[in-house]
Amino acid sequence: MSGFPILTLLTVLPLAGAAIALFSGKHARAVTLITTIASLALALFVWSSLPLDGGMSLVERVAWAPSLGIEYHLGVDGLGALMLVLSAIVTLMSVDAAHRVHHQPNLYFGLVLVLESGLFGSFTALNFFHWFLFWELSLIPAFFLIKLWGGTRRGPAATQFFVYTMAGSVALLLSFLAVFLSTGSMDFGQLTQLASTGALEQMVTAHLGPVTIWLAIGVLAGFAVKVPMIPFHTWLPAAYAEAPSPVTMLLTGAMSKMGVYGLLRIALPLFGHQIAQMRTPLLVLAVATVVMGAWAAAAQKDLKRVFAYSSVNHLGYCLLGIFALAVPASGAAAAASQAAALNGVILQMFNHGITAAALFWFVAMLQERTGGHRGIDEFGGLRKPAPVLAGLMGIVLFSSLGLPGLNGFVGEFLIFRGVFPLAWVAATVSILGLLVTAIVILTVIQKVFNGPVAEHCVGFPDLHHDERLAMAPVIGLMLLIGLVPQLIVDSVNPTVVNLLAHWRF
Amino acid sequence: MLAWTIYLSFAGALVEALLPKGKAGLARWFALAVAVLGLAHAVGGFAAGMGQGRMIIVDVPWVPTMGVHYLLAADGISRVLVLLTGLAAVAGVLFSWNIEYRTNEFFAFYLALIGGVYGVFLSFDLFLLFVFYEIAIVPKYFLIAIWGSTRREYGAMKLALYSFAGSAMVLIGLLAAYTTSGSHSTSLIDLAHAGLPVSFQMWCFPLVFTGFAILAGMWPFHTWAPTGHVAAPTAASMLLAGVVMKLGAYGCLRVGIWLFPHGLDPWGFSLIGIGSWRDVFALLAVIGIVYGALVALAQTDFKFVIGYSSVSHMGFVLLGLMTLNQIGMTGAVMQMFSHGIIAGLLFAIVGRVVYERTHTRQLAELEKMHLGKRLPFAAWAFVIAGMASMGLPGFSGFVAELQVLVGAWIAKPWWTIAAGVGIVIGVAYTWRALQKAFFSDRLPTPEEHPKTGWPDLGAITWPEYTGVALLVGVSLFVGLYPRILLDTIEPAVKALLAGGGQ
Amino acid sequence: MNYADLFRATLPETALEIAALLVVIVDLGLLRKAALKTRVAIAALLGVAGCAAAFWAVYVAGSAGLSAGDDLLLSAGGFTSVAQAGILVLTALTLLLLIGSVFTRHAGEYVAVVLMAAAGGLVVASAQDLLVIFVGLELLSLGLYILTAFAKSSGKSAEAAMKYYLFGGMSAAFLLFGFSYLYGISGSTNLHKILLASFYSSASGGAPLLYVALVMIAAGLGFKVAAVPFHLWAPDTYEGAPAPAAAFIASVSKVASFALLISIGTASVHLLDGVHELRLVAIGPLPKYLGVWIPWSLILTLLAAASMVLGNLAALAQISVRRLLAYSAIAHAGYILLGLAFFSHSNASANAILYYVLTYGLTTIGAFGVVSVVERATGSDKLDAFLGLHKRNPLLAAVLLVLFLSLAGIPPLVGFWAKFNLFAAVLGVSAGAVPFGLVALALALSAVSLYYYLQVLKRAYVMQAVDESPIKAHPVTMAVLVAIAAAVVALGCFPALLQGWIASF
Repeated sequence: MSGFPILTLLTVLPLAGAAIALFSGKHARAVTLITTIASLALALFVWSSLPLDGGMSLVERVAWAPSLGIEYHLGVDGLGALMLVLSAIVTLMSVDAAHRVHHQPNLYFGLVLVLESGLFGSFTALNFFHWFLFWELSLIPAFFLIKLWGGTRRGPAATQFFVYTMAGSVALLLSFLAVFLSTGSMDFGQLTQLASTGALEQMVTAHLGPVTIWLAIGVLAGFAVKVPMIPFHTWLPAAYAEAPSPVTMLLTGAMSKMGVYGLLRIALPLFGHQIAQMRTPLLVLAVATVVMGAWAAAAQKDLKRVFAYSSVNHLGYCLLGIFALAVPASGAAAAASQAAALNGVILQMFNHGITAAALFWFVAMLQERTGGHRGIDEFGGLRKPAPVLAGLMGIVLFSSLGLPGLNGFVGEFLIFRGVFPLAWVAATVSILGLLVTAIVILTVIQKVFNGPVAEHCVGFPDLHHDERLAMAPVIGLMLLIGLVPQLIVDSVNPTVVNLLAHWRF
Repeated sequence: MLAWTIYLSFAGALVEALLPKGKAGLARWFALAVAVLGLAHAVGGFAAGMGQGRMIIVDVPWVPTMGVHYLLAADGISRVLVLLTGLAAVAGVLFSWNIEYRTNEFFAFYLALIGGVYGVFLSFDLFLLFVFYEIAIVPKYFLIAIWGSTRREYGAMKLALYSFAGSAMVLIGLLAAYTTSGSHSTSLIDLAHAGLPVSFQMWCFPLVFTGFAILAGMWPFHTWAPTGHVAAPTAASMLLAGVVMKLGAYGCLRVGIWLFPHGLDPWGFSLIGIGSWRDVFALLAVIGIVYGALVALAQTDFKFVIGYSSVSHMGFVLLGLMTLNQIGMTGAVMQMFSHGIIAGLLFAIVGRVVYERTHTRQLAELEKMHLGKRLPFAAWAFVIAGMASMGLPGFSGFVAELQVLVGAWIAKPWWTIAAGVGIVIGVAYTWRALQKAFFSDRLPTPEEHPKTGWPDLGAITWPEYTGVALLVGVSLFVGLYPRILLDTIEPAVKALLAGGGQ
Repeated sequence: MNYADLFRATLPETALEIAALLVVIVDLGLLRKAALKTRVAIAALLGVAGCAAAFWAVYVAGSAGLSAGDDLLLSAGGFTSVAQAGILVLTALTLLLLIGSVFTRHAGEYVAVVLMAAAGGLVVASAQDLLVIFVGLELLSLGLYILTAFAKSSGKSAEAAMKYYLFGGMSAAFLLFGFSYLYGISGSTNLHKILLASFYSSASGGAPLLYVALVMIAAGLGFKVAAVPFHLWAPDTYEGAPAPAAAFIASVSKVASFALLISIGTASVHLLDGVHELRLVAIGPLPKYLGVWIPWSLILTLLAAASMVLGNLAALAQISVRRLLAYSAIAHAGYILLGLAFFSHSNASANAILYYVLTYGLTTIGAFGVVSVVERATGSDKLDAFLGLHKRNPLLAAVLLVLFLSLAGIPPLVGFWAKFNLFAAVLGVSAGAVPFGLVALALALSAVSLYYYLQVLKRAYVMQAVDESPIKAHPVTMAVLVAIAAAVVALGCFPALLQGWIASF
C-alpha cells in the first residue's frame, strides 16, 4: 500500500454520506449534495494525479482471503480515473435534478449515494471478488430507486431490470470461477499477463478442457446485458422510462458504463483471442445495436423512450469500437487504428454519459413543468415561451447527434476513424445509425421547439436562475471537450497505448 | 472451556423447568443470560483455538466394557459450528421475547435442545455423538407441538419420527462399525484409523450418510423440513433450519466421510453415469438445490418459501461435501455457518416481525397490506437477508457458494452448472417473495382498504432490533472478512481429508 | 445333598416364605381392627422387609448352588444371583406401590401371594432341572393368576384372570409335554445332561422328536414372556389386573422367565466345556453351537421377529394406556428374545439381557405407578385421561416423560443404553446379514414405538386439558416414582454402574 488510501476513501465517502442522509430527514438532499461535490473534488484530484506512463496509480493492495486468491486490490489508470470523474459528475447532476422527491427523500438520497459508492468501487477494483461485489451491490439501490419512486408500471420494469442483470451476473461468475480454478488467481493484472502470453488458455484447457470460448461467452453475456447489446436490451426501455428521470440519468450516465468498462477491463484483456475468433458475429450484433437502437428511437412517442433507445444506439458505437479492434497485431497502421478506436470508445463513454444525463435532466424539467407530459407530440413551439431552455437543450441534443464542436462528435469520430480501416463493412453500415439518429434528434427539435405552441406549453416557465447556474458547467464542459478534446485525450492516450500493449488477440 | 457450553445449557434448562410459572420476564432474562454465556464460551473457545489443530477437552472412560469414552474435542470445524450455535441461540431467545404461554417450559426445552446441539458438535466419541444427537430430538417435538402454528402436532410428529428413523439408521451403522472394527473403542479417532474393510464401508457409508442426511434435508427425505419449519414457532424454525439441519450435515462429514472414506470410491461399474455413492449423493444434492428452489418459487405461504429455500441451500452443503476436495468442503462448512445465520434471520423476519403482527403468512394477503410502508424495518431487513440468501457478494453466502462452485467444477463440471441454475432460481424466488410481501404495487380493493386508515402493527421491540443487528452484522462481517472463519476451517478440512491425521 | 445344603441354597426363597406367613399372621391377627390403609401399609412394609432379607440371603448364599449327585438342581452366583436380586428389588417396588391403593380389603393375603410368587420366580431363575423349573413356574404363575383376580369388584379383573389362567394352564400343559419328550430323549431331567444327550442324538440324526419338544417348550415359555403368537393374554391381563399386580406381572415374571431362558442359552453354549471325550470324531469339526441350539435359535428368532413387529404395530392403535403398555411389553420381549437367539460364549449376552430386563422392569413398574395414580383420579386409563397432566401434577408428568422416553430408547435414559448394549451383543456374536437385518428391523420399529409413546406424552404436555383440577398422589407412591425416574436417568447417564454390578457376580 503506497501512501494514503485515497481510492478507499473515495469509495467509502458516499457510504458515510448515505448513512448520514438516512437520518437527515428533510436535509437529506443538502447532505447528498455536499457529499457528491466532495466526491467530485476527490475524483478530480485522482484524475489530476495520473502518471504519464498510462499505468496504474494510487494502488492499494492487501491480502484478504489468500486461499481463494482474493485480495483487496485497488488502482486507477486513465480509464478508471475518467470513469470516476464521470460517475461523480453524473451523480451530482442527478442529485441536482431531484429537487422534488415526494416521499421518503432521506431513503431516496441514501440509495443514490450507495449507488455512487458502488460505481466508484467497481471502477477502482482490480480483483474479481470485490469488483463483483460492487457490480452486484449497485443493482440493489437501482432496483429500489425504480421500484419505489418510479412511474405507473415500475414494478415489472424494476423486476425485469434486476432479473436480467442478475442472470448475466451468474454467467459471469461461473466463467470467472472456472478461470480461478485453472489459474488460482482472481487478479485482473495477473490474469491479463497470463492471457497475453497465451498461458491462460493453456491453463484453462489443461484443467477443464477446450472450454475457453465458452468462458468468454459467459463473460460477454454478463456485460452484454449491462451495456446493453442487442438482443439483451429488452429490459432497458421499460426501466429507463419508468424510473424517475434523475434515476434514469444515473442509469444511462453511469451504470451503463459499468458494462463497457467491464468489457475493457476484463473481457478484452482476458479473452482477447476468443473475442477475435468470434469477431464477426460480435460485430454484427454491435452494428445491429447501433442501427436498431436508432431505428427504434425513431419509432417512439415517449420522449424518455426515444432517448432510451438513443442511448442503446450510442453505446452501440462503443461496442463497435471494442469488437473492431480485436484483430491480431498486424503493423503500425493497424495499431494506430486500434489506438484511435479505443480512445474513441473511452471518450464516447465519458461524453455520452454527460450528454445523456443532461438530456434526461431536460426531460425531467419538461415533465415537471407540464404536469407529467413527456410525449413527443404533446409539446410544440417551446422556443417562444422558453428560449433559454430551448437553446441549452438544443446544444445537448446536437451533442447527442454528434455535431462537430460539441463533445459528442469527438468520441464517435475517433471510433469511426479507428473502425474503418479495421472493419469497413461494419463501419459503413453503422453510418446508417448516424443518419437515423440525426433524423430522430432533428425530429425532436422540430416537434418540441418549433412549430405552433401547444396548449400546455403556453405558460411554460423558462429556466430559473439556479437551474441555469446548474446547467452552465455541464454545457460548458460539453463545449470545452468538443473544442479542446486534448484535455482528456492527453491523459487517456497513454493508458490506451499501455492497455493495447498488453492485449493479445 | 468449550464444554461449558453444553453444561450451562442443560443446567439452564433444568433451572428453567423449575422456575415458577407465570414469571415470564424472569424466564426470558434467565434464558438470555444462559445463551449469552454459552456464546461467550463459544467465542472464547473459537479465539483460543485459532491456529491450533484438534484439541481434546475431556476424555473420561464412560462404559469401559464397550470402550466408550466421554470424549469431547474440537477441531476447526467444530469450533465454527459451536460459534454458529451460540449466535443462533442468542438470536432465538431474542426473537422469542414475546412468548407468554408457558414461557419457562418453552425456554427449558429450548436450552435443552441447544445443549444437545453443542454436544454433537463437540463429541469425538461416536456413541456420545449419537447420544447427544438423539437428545436433541425430544425438545424439538415439544417446542413445535406446544408453541407451533400450522398443523403443529402433525409437523412435530413427522419431524420427530423422521429424525428418529434417520438416527436408527445411524445406530445400525454405528453398531456395525463398532463390531467390525474390533478396536474395542468408539472414539471417532480410533475408528477412523481402524482400517475398516472396503466392502464393509461400501454399504455402511450410504447407510450412515443417508441417516444423517435425512436430518440435513437431503432430497427425497426432506419433506419433514418445510412442514416442520412452518409448524414451528419462530425460534424453533430458526434453530431447526439454522442449526439442527447442520447437525445432519456435520454427521455426514464427521462420521460418514471421515470414518468410511472408501465408501465413496467408484464401484467399478456405472449406471447412467453414476459410478459411486459419491455420484449418487451429489446427484441427490443437486436435485435438492434445484427442486427446493423451484418449489419455493411456487409457494403461496411466506414461511414455506423460506422452508424450501433451506432445503435448497442445504443441497449446497451436501454438494460441497461430495466434492471431496479442499475448497469444496471448506465451502460446505462455510455454507453451514452462513446459511445458519441467514436462515435464522429470514425465519425471524417472516415469523416474529411479520407473522406475529399480521397473523397471516399468505403472500396473496400480505400483498394487500403495504408492508413496505407500514413495517419498513421488516422490509429492509428482509432485503438484506434476501440479498445474503441469494449469495450476493459482501455477505457470507457468497464466499461459501463460490467455494462450493469451484470445488464442484474441480470434481464434475456439470454439477456446477446445475448448482448455478439453482442460484438463479434462488434469486427469482427471493425476489418474488420480497416483492409480494413488502413491495407489492397491488392496491387493495375498496372492500379491503380499511376506512379508518391502516391499523397500527405495533412498534418493533428492542429484542427484534438486537437480533436482526446481530445476525446481519455477523453475515456482513464474515462476508467481508471471510478469513476469520476460513483460517480455522481450512486446516481442519485438510486434516480430515488426509485421513484424520493429527 | 442334605437338608443343610438345601436350606442354604434356598435361603432367599425361605426368607420370602417366612415373610409371607408373617404378613398373613400380622394382618389377620394383630391388625383386624385397624383401618384399611394402615393394614395395607404395614403389610407392604413387611413384605419389603422380607424382600430385603431375601436380598441379603442372595449375597450370603454364595455360588455353590444345589446339586443332587452330579446333577445341578439349583444354580447360584453369576447371572442367577443377579436375576434373583433384581426380582427382589422389583418385588419390593411393586409392594411399595401398593401403599395407598384401595382395590382390595385383603391386604395381607395380597402381599403373601406376591411374596410367594416372587419365591417362585427365584426358583425359576435358579432352576437347572426340568421338574424344578416346572415347580417354580407353577408357583409363580398360580400366584400371578390370583393377583390378577384380586380386584373383586371389577369385572375386568375377573375376566382377565380367567383368560390368564386358562391360557396359562394350557401352556403349562404344553411345557410339560415338551419336557416329557426331552426326558424321553435323554433319560434325565437335568438340563445339562439333556442338552448333551440331544447334541449326540441330533448329531447322529435323531432330531425330529427334539424339534417337536423344542416347539412345545417354546410355546410354554413364550407364553410366560408374552411373545407372539402366545401373547393374547397380555393386553387383557395388563388392562384388568389391579395396577400393583400388573406391575408385578410385567416386571418380575419377565425377569424370572428370561433368567430361565438365559440358563438354557448358557448351558447350550458351554455344553462341551470340560467334556474331553468326543465319541463322534467322524462328524468333523464341532459346530460352535451345538445340538439343540440351532433349532432353538431359529425358533427364538421367529418369536422375536413376530413379537417386535406385532407388538409395535398393534400398540399404534391403542387408546387405552394399559393395553399400549401391554403391546409395548410384547415388543420389548421381542427385542430380548433377539438377544437370546444370538447368544455369546462370553458373558456379554447374558449381561446385556439381564441389564435390559432389569431396567425394563424398573421402568414398567414406574409406568404402572403413574397409570394407577391417573386412574385413581380420573377413573380411566384411556389416553384422554392424561390430558393436561403437566398442569395437574407437574412432577408426575415429568416422571411419565422420563419413563416413556426411556421405553422409547431415547438417550441419555437407561432404555437407550439397554437397547444399545443388547444389539451390540447380538452383533458381536454374529455379524452376518440375518442378525443385521433383525437389528435393523428392531431399530426401525423403535422409531415406530416413539410414535405411540409420544401420543401419551402429547396428551400430557401438549394438548389442552379438559379438567384442570390437580391430581393428588399418595406421598409414598410419588416418592417411589420419583426414585424410579431418577434411577432411570442416573443409570442412563452412568451405565457402567449397573453393568459393573451385574458383572460383579
